[in-house]
Amino acid sequence: MELLQLMIGGLANGCIYGLVALGFVMIYKASEGVNFAQGDMMMLGAFIALGFGNTDQMGLPFGVAVLLAMVLMFGIGWGVERVVVRQIFGQPQFALVILTIALGFVFRFVAGSIWGYTPLVLETPFAGQNLRSGGIVISLADLVTIGVTLVLTLALWAFFAFTRIGLAAQAASQNQMAAYIVGVPVMRVNSLIWGLSGAVATVAGVLYATRGAIDPNIGLLGIKAFAAAVIGGLGSLPGALLGGLIIGVVEPVAGRYAPGELAKMSPYIIMLIVLVTRPGGLFSQIQMKKV
Amino acid sequence: MTVLSTRNLETFYGAIMALRGVSIDVDQGEIVTILGANGAGKTTLMKTIAGLMDPEKGTIDFMGDQIAGLDPDRVVQKGIALVPEGREVFPYLTIEENLRLGAYTRRDSSADDLDLVYEYFPILKERRRQAAGFLSGGQQQMLAIGRGLMARPRLMMLDEPSLGLSPLLTQEIFGIIARLNAEQGVTMLLVEQNAHIALATAHKGYVLEMGRIVMAGSTEKLRASDDIQEFYLGRTGETQRDQKRWKRRKTWR
Ligand SMILES: Nc1ncnc2c1ncn2[C@@H]1O[C@H](COP(=O)(O)OP(=O)(O)O)[C@@H](O)[C@H]1O
Ligand SMILES: [Mg+2]
Repeated sequence: MELLQLMIGGLANGCIYGLVALGFVMIYKASEGVNFAQGDMMMLGAFIALGFGNTDQMGLPFGVAVLLAMVLMFGIGWGVERVVVRQIFGQPQFALVILTIALGFVFRFVAGSIWGYTPLVLETPFAGQNLRSGGIVISLADLVTIGVTLVLTLALWAFFAFTRIGLAAQAASQNQMAAYIVGVPVMRVNSLIWGLSGAVATVAGVLYATRGAIDPNIGLLGIKAFAAAVIGGLGSLPGALLGGLIIGVVEPVAGRYAPGELAKMSPYIIMLIVLVTRPGGLFSQIQMKKV
Repeated sequence: MTVLSTRNLETFYGAIMALRGVSIDVDQGEIVTILGANGAGKTTLMKTIAGLMDPEKGTIDFMGDQIAGLDPDRVVQKGIALVPEGREVFPYLTIEENLRLGAYTRRDSSADDLDLVYEYFPILKERRRQAAGFLSGGQQQMLAIGRGLMARPRLMMLDEPSLGLSPLLTQEIFGIIARLNAEQGVTMLLVEQNAHIALATAHKGYVLEMGRIVMAGSTEKLRASDDIQEFYLGRTGETQRDQKRWKRRKTWR
């Protein structure tokens, strides 16, 4: 019973890691580099939603506040690609790493100067509500987190699989030159992907905030989410989600049954094990020979 | 009617001048071939026309519009499709998705064109749900040509379609290229290392050397030229047998 309880909470945590990991993967596929500001985008998204929604701030209805935050973060992601990332196009991957680390500092600074560094609580309609069934107690926030992640992942999958622009984005990530040749406006597609990952990060941030207070440093969670993305193969959306879920579930279980230090290290231990045994990650696309 | 004409195109890779003033004309319904050794600038010429590279100088006139310096998606929209060197398919997408992407810039329906591509390349229809990365080299070339057709181009540019293919497959691909030209009236600009088959398929040809056009004319005329005979078709005539190779000068220098 206790194990089940732990696992449900872990699953919900894992969903948040997974959503941030999805952002890593989308940008990795579009810009061929890692966006180390992904965690900070999550943090900023959460604060913007708080700014729109909390009663002592703008006091908009919760749903409206979240939607507005997603739109705003879409714009911020889009703008970052448009104005900054595009300038270093063609530079070594390292340039993007440095750039996004710096961007993370900027986001933290902006959030810190607007909302301060003391933890704040996002007001949500389902705060503190629990469901009881048998011997286990499930918080409504956990259920919402799992449900929203499921829906968002399906929506993203449908976007990439079935829409014209989604297909173009896949094409650009597989063979950029060929994408240009068939007439895909690759740069504009990349901006869109950065925007999308900003919106997804916002959802992750809001879900995180439904489970506890937030401060400008919660973006550090991005490091764990990065481990999740690597476990999944860094090029695979389902892999990223799975990687997040694995880390999310193992963490509390290890925390219960293993020494504390080991539990804290567990995400990175899993990452190392996966990297050693399957260097391409769990979901590495089968290497097909290009004749 | 002239579909494409370039004048004095100059294109650089950094400080390296790859095109040194290239002027060519392609008329409606023609197959025009560009011959030239490795590194002559053939691919660079196609990339410049397709908008993948911008020329430093010169003009590209396509159906009366200046297209030099346009982005590649605008060039495709104007009606130029490139079938690139090395095929460049999307390996993890299915064959049908690859083909649909060929029509990416089109607003009208491309259903008829899909049928047409499948008619010319039945193997693609058979394998349409498979990932393109699993196709053989010849099938990937068919896919690349099919993808180009999906744009319903006024001009199709093919960069070394025989690269890495067996002689038999090369024959098959060129047979289809000739049929597409004759039956569908597709105007083509064709770059090819295999001068025999290129001169047999095309109507007109240019010879590119070190980024310059050094010879032009109908394929009959080119085939008859001594230089082409020796340097591209690999035949040595009786009279040249005892001349030392280094003494022989190409007439265009
Ligand atoms: N990416 C590149 N960077 C620098 N030089 C290049 C590049 N691609 C081609 N070149 C140079 O440009 C010239 C023309 O190349 P290319 O157009 O590929 O020739 P071809 O297709 O006729 O074999 C060559 O001298 C080649 O070395
Ligand atoms: Mg070439």
